Amino acid sequence: MILTPIRELGFFVLRVIADLGRMGVFCAEIVRAALTPPMRLRSLLDEIYKLGVLSLIIICVCGLAVGMVLGLQGYNTLVTFGATQSLGAVVGLSLVRELGPVLTALLATGRAGSATAAEIGTMVATEQLDGLRMMSIDPIDVVVTPKAVAMVLVMPLLSALFIVCGIGGGYLVGVHLLGVDGGSYLSSLESAVDWRNDVAGSLVKALVFGVLVGWIATYRGYSSAPTSAGVSAATTATVVVASVSILIFDYFITALWGV
Amino acid sequence: MNRSPGRDLLVGLFVLAGLAAIAYLSFAVGGLSFNETGGLVLSADFDEIAGLKPRSQVVISGVKVGQVTSITLAGDDRARVTIDVDATLKLPSDTSASIVTAGLLGDRYISLQPGGDETLLKPGDTITFTESAVILERLIGKFVHNSDVGKAE
Amino acid sequence: MAFGSRPVFSGLSCAFPSSRISVILGGSGSGKSTILRLIGGLVRPRAGRIEVAGRDVTRLSERELYSVRETLGMLFQGGALLDSMTVFDNLAFPLREHTDLDEAAIAHEVHDRLDAVGLRGIDRLLPNQLSGGMVKRVALARAIIRRPTILLCDEPFSGLDPISSKRIEMLLRRINAQLGMTVVLVSHHIESTMRMADHIVLLRSEGRLEGTPAELAASGDPWVRAFLTEDVDEAMLPEAG
Repeated sequence: MILTPIRELGFFVLRVIADLGRMGVFCAEIVRAALTPPMRLRSLLDEIYKLGVLSLIIICVCGLAVGMVLGLQGYNTLVTFGATQSLGAVVGLSLVRELGPVLTALLATGRAGSATAAEIGTMVATEQLDGLRMMSIDPIDVVVTPKAVAMVLVMPLLSALFIVCGIGGGYLVGVHLLGVDGGSYLSSLESAVDWRNDVAGSLVKALVFGVLVGWIATYRGYSSAPTSAGVSAATTATVVVASVSILIFDYFITALWGV
Repeated sequence: MNRSPGRDLLVGLFVLAGLAAIAYLSFAVGGLSFNETGGLVLSADFDEIAGLKPRSQVVISGVKVGQVTSITLAGDDRARVTIDVDATLKLPSDTSASIVTAGLLGDRYISLQPGGDETLLKPGDTITFTESAVILERLIGKFVHNSDVGKAE
Repeated sequence: MAFGSRPVFSGLSCAFPSSRISVILGGSGSGKSTILRLIGGLVRPRAGRIEVAGRDVTRLSERELYSVRETLGMLFQGGALLDSMTVFDNLAFPLREHTDLDEAAIAHEVHDRLDAVGLRGIDRLLPNQLSGGMVKRVALARAIIRRPTILLCDEPFSGLDPISSKRIEMLLRRINAQLGMTVVLVSHHIESTMRMADHIVLLRSEGRLEGTPAELAASGDPWVRAFLTEDVDEAMLPEAG
């Protein structure tokens, strides 16, 4: 019957809309909890440690690696135009405008985002959140908000560190390996990268991505089915939804930022 | 609550490192500055600006002294470039402005050569002596054309 | 009342007398734990009313439920302790959130409850370092830390050795007697039930039975008698299918 797939589609769309609605309410709850005292700084600091400090190694190593690849690829392309003194600009612009915020966000999704979803999901499965409710304590206030806020704060910091490591990686490869002049590398970098157009946009992207990952990861964990299969599904959904959202929002921010 | 001073220290270091990275990118690399002295607004008309953009640098003897704020088409189909330079500069009224390229393929910028006149440029004045940008393709074309003419002769 | 597409029960009506110990009995899957969750407002029925101390919890918003829960304490089947916090912090948490007590007073309350459940010196341990029985006892201590008027317990005796079981039983009877706390528990443990219950609600597919232990033990229904005396004849088992 041809009507069945159409009905299924309608049902699917309604479910997606209902899900988005729930996510919206969830976000509003987080904002409300974040703005009302008590501020739970202790929890926030713990979360910054778990999401930020523990991601440092992967971020810095990947940043260095990406910078080195950019240095190599950039050199190979520029050498045909005799413009290798612009290597700093090529590496810097690529990292600051796109690769820094996007790759940092994707790496953070995989590491910190999935960890957050799994942690909250497990708390649902072991009735810890119900336990909190029965003690008249709002689980969103105590468990979710510190994680979400920490993610937003941590993302621009990680992104900047990724970019700096990348610039360093490009310098290592370009200057020490391929013979580009160190002074040219840095001066082309500094003249090409502009605060308003590039760096500010990069930080805005990182903030937006932080909001996305924090929101999606906590929501997926919070609304997961209270079983181990449910937790696992929440984790994969977090990575998939957050990654796609990051790339889509990247396009829109890039397009609108120049305006 | 697992109070651990070790963790707190790491969080503090992490935040400091991140802020330092942001500061480096903003100030050293991106050129953000809080003492945007400017204030001396001048204009200059050019026949050809060829790639000069707003926010391009204005330079004296290689030192940045300001930037281009806007570029419009003037009445006689010349390009009117408005620049904003350091207000403490004393520029004689016969100062000339030329559009120069950084390297062969680099960005365009304006270089000012101060003249020797007694009177100084005031805000809103126009620089009368200008030298337009050199477009490489035209130069090569002229060269080829001249050498052809030379051959023909 | 249904979970997803699986109806748990419908048309159920029962009452738990205040200041008494009530026990909910029934076969697996008969919905015993669900009743406790309904009372606590953690799940909502499709239809009906649930009155807790005179307030209908089915009508209340989440905010309002929090104020009702001030007087409730719940012991979950798995303990539901926060696994990232020490035993001490788990017990202190509700006090720190809802009261202005200073740390010394909080420590006093925490150690008082831990003594009551027979545990000492485990302040610094994490829940995953405790045995199942210890987790249950800590969870019970947490449930009573704010001196609730109504205590809900989901299988408090499961997984405990006879000595710990007896200790919990004595504790529940004591706080009921001394503090007049209403206790509603879900249990599989018939022996202690018959000893301590003032009121029993027995759930079965044909509907529920309520009464005192004596009344139910004298029931004419062989299934009920077998259930309560734990003397189940093989012939009574349904056909394996």
